[in-house]
Amino acid sequence: MRTHLIAAATALALGSALGLAGCGSDAGSSKGSTDSKTVTIATHDSWAMSKEVMAEFKKETGITVKIQPHGDAGELTNKLVLTKGHPLADGVFGIDNTFASRAVDEGVLARYDAKQPGSAAQFALDGDSGCYLTPIDFGDVCVNIDDTWFAKKKLAPPATFDDLADPAYKNLFVAPGATSSSPGLAFLVATIGAKGDGWKDYWHKLVDNGLKIDAGWEDAYTVDFTAGGGNGDRPIVVSYSSSPPFTVPKGADKPTTSALLDTCFRQVEYAGVLKGADNPKGAQEFIDFMLSHDFQAALPDNMYVYPVDASVALPDGWKTWAPTSPDPVEVSPADITAHRSDWLRDWRDITSR
Amino acid sequence: MTVRARLAVAALAATPVIVLAVFFVYPVAGMVGRGLYPDGSLDLGGVLSVLGRPRVHRVLWFTVWSAGLATALAVVLGVPAAFVLHRLRFPGVGVVRTLVVLPFVLPTVVVGVAFRHLIAPSGPLGALHLDGTAAAIVAALVFFNVSVVVRTVGAFWEGLDPRAEEAAATLGASPLRVFATVTLPGLLPGIASAASVVFLFCSTAFGVVLTMGGLRYANVETEIYLLTTQELDLRAAAALSILQLVVIVILLGLSARTRRAPAPGRAAAIARRPRRRDTALLLWTAAVVVFLLTPLASLVLASVHTDDGWGLGHYRALQTTGQGNALLVPVTEALWTSLRIAAGAAALALVLGCLVSYLVSRRWRTRMGRRLSRVFDGAFMLPLGVSAVTLGFGFLITLDHPPVDLRTSPLLIPIAQAMVALPLVVRTVAPVLESVDERQREAAASLGAGPLRVLLAVDLPVALPALVAATGFAFAVSLGEFGATSFLARDDHPTLPVVIFRLISHPGEANFAMAMAASVVLAGATSVVMLLVERLRVGSVGAF
Repeated sequence: MRTHLIAAATALALGSALGLAGCGSDAGSSKGSTDSKTVTIATHDSWAMSKEVMAEFKKETGITVKIQPHGDAGELTNKLVLTKGHPLADGVFGIDNTFASRAVDEGVLARYDAKQPGSAAQFALDGDSGCYLTPIDFGDVCVNIDDTWFAKKKLAPPATFDDLADPAYKNLFVAPGATSSSPGLAFLVATIGAKGDGWKDYWHKLVDNGLKIDAGWEDAYTVDFTAGGGNGDRPIVVSYSSSPPFTVPKGADKPTTSALLDTCFRQVEYAGVLKGADNPKGAQEFIDFMLSHDFQAALPDNMYVYPVDASVALPDGWKTWAPTSPDPVEVSPADITAHRSDWLRDWRDITSR
Repeated sequence: MTVRARLAVAALAATPVIVLAVFFVYPVAGMVGRGLYPDGSLDLGGVLSVLGRPRVHRVLWFTVWSAGLATALAVVLGVPAAFVLHRLRFPGVGVVRTLVVLPFVLPTVVVGVAFRHLIAPSGPLGALHLDGTAAAIVAALVFFNVSVVVRTVGAFWEGLDPRAEEAAATLGASPLRVFATVTLPGLLPGIASAASVVFLFCSTAFGVVLTMGGLRYANVETEIYLLTTQELDLRAAAALSILQLVVIVILLGLSARTRRAPAPGRAAAIARRPRRRDTALLLWTAAVVVFLLTPLASLVLASVHTDDGWGLGHYRALQTTGQGNALLVPVTEALWTSLRIAAGAAALALVLGCLVSYLVSRRWRTRMGRRLSRVFDGAFMLPLGVSAVTLGFGFLITLDHPPVDLRTSPLLIPIAQAMVALPLVVRTVAPVLESVDERQREAAASLGAGPLRVLLAVDLPVALPALVAATGFAFAVSLGEFGATSFLARDDHPTLPVVIFRLISHPGEANFAMAMAASVVLAGATSVVMLLVERLRVGSVGAF
């Protein structure tokens, strides 16, 4: 761990030095092989944005945006790596901090120095990486619990990572898999950040305590979770800090679930310009637009994430029922990229038979 | 064969061969090549070392035993049902035959979720504790593939001459003895052919294993997906892809060896009314049908269950983009896109399928000709067994420069779906063409008809119902195709299965219910097509 710390400190020092120097942007001249009136943005399957907001961009710039979904954040990043040199799109949105280093290291992105709101600085990638990816939004992946279920059973709900391995909560926890789901990976990284070298022992305990692992978040939340609509039988699930407002029953004003804020990993989503794009200028303009007030304000309702611009007001229910974690578990993107394969291999050995 | 005739054959073969080369061989080879040549030089040792990993052994073992068990069960369930649905005549038999084939053309994601709702601990079958077990995966594999056994063996059974059985019975053999000594030996090639294809489908199953298996169980196909999309371990993915190809070639060889053309057209004549001694078989078939219908019924129930009781609210919501703009386009628009793409894919599969069927159904006089014809036939079956991930990613990395930069072309999805549907078209049309008596063609030719005229006057009238049926089947398969479609670069015109998957992956009960409603619409559209196909009474549709 010490070498990591030294590396991180060096990177930080380097980063601040570069940060002062500014990023600069790669020349944004269009190759002219396609018209500059459309821009294609590669993104993940969770992309959602209202027509009105997208129409605004068209009105301001005259550019039409084509959205191109490519699976989850991992699949998106890997497709970009595989198509390096002949990119499928002009820009990308949705690479998160668990895949950011791979995208930057593989050289699929062009530099772009976007004008960012002050509050975005805390989400910026360290060092030179920050010149390639611009933070747009963030979300906390946290363990969620069904409060109604625990009240009914007169059982004190869990609160910490250790509680989840407590036999009192045997067979109550369901999580999406780390190899097939990005919240699943985020949860694994959270446990690694929290438990350090002891994470494997911790996962053995979770498995022994009856942890159920599904392929995707949708399976875990909508089928197995007690409050996800599918009448599941497990009141503890890995989801987001923004999930509870969606469990407010009709006619009530209080959600039936809540997020455990001591179990969160912060996922930051970034946007960037692809190297070799036909319309890099258009991609730059779209990144600027994603940082604009209207787009940032529309993020929570459309993609269930929090805007990086802290001056933008959150929707009503969110302020009360979807607070972000005051102290999320931190693991650096470089660390994740360096160890992801090993972690996932170990994790699979622990959880599969 | 004259030089001119040789040239004509070569010209006919050229089109499908070029399409297969560009849209299948080239992308798959490109993707596998990336794994074999990681830094520009061949790294065979690295690839072989992948096959030594303990995890790979576990994956291979699971693939083999789950597919083997599912195949055995599909045969045990399917053969009696094949008899009842293809040799007996009773009201509604056509509808039941359609219902049986429905699971095969439904998108795997939909069925995966429907199954899980049924067997999740809180579901109607929760008490069985099947959720997340290998048994559930095997059950789902059987669900998808029983129809292949029923159709293939059924078509065979229809083609069996009933006089041999009647003779044995007249000589005093008991019904069981007749079955064991006369019927079964006649059916064996059909059963073997069906079993090898079902094993092929089961061992390359993707969506089902991913949704049903949680992550505790992985087969070769889901492992290739994880290695490629999540870990970017292309070397390991290439190793598994090559292994998969080798196994598929062996299985296809087995299936081709045992396959014999069932004689079509005589079916209606030999179907008889059920007798009392058929009761056990009828009950068995009823149980199979219930097994197939239960997940579908739970889908329908979920789609009409609204907050205020029962209603069609979720169906009305299909005109919207869902709760929280989960979709880029309303479901109705996606349905329209799906129908359009399916029409294109079916047309393309039909044209290519006709060319391939025509060539493989010729009676080649030389040994070389026969061998070439078999290889040609087998080559077009390969897309059935190659990982959709490998193909999809292969498209992205190989079709990216002129003359074919098709990665974002709207043509790519119909072409990919046509490659998936093509083997089914060939398997439907070729047996019918093979059944045409060569002497009829010779007679027509000696009366002065040219090759084209012979084709139009002799082959076409016989093959027409099969052509229409094959088109319908290809259309239905394309409507439900998810694997290859979901990996291709998509613009803002998603197909219905892709939209359903999006709805399932977004939070909100309303979105989930909408997904169920959309699935019912998709299943409905597919059933209508299959019902029409069924009316054509072409025995070889859906048979292998």
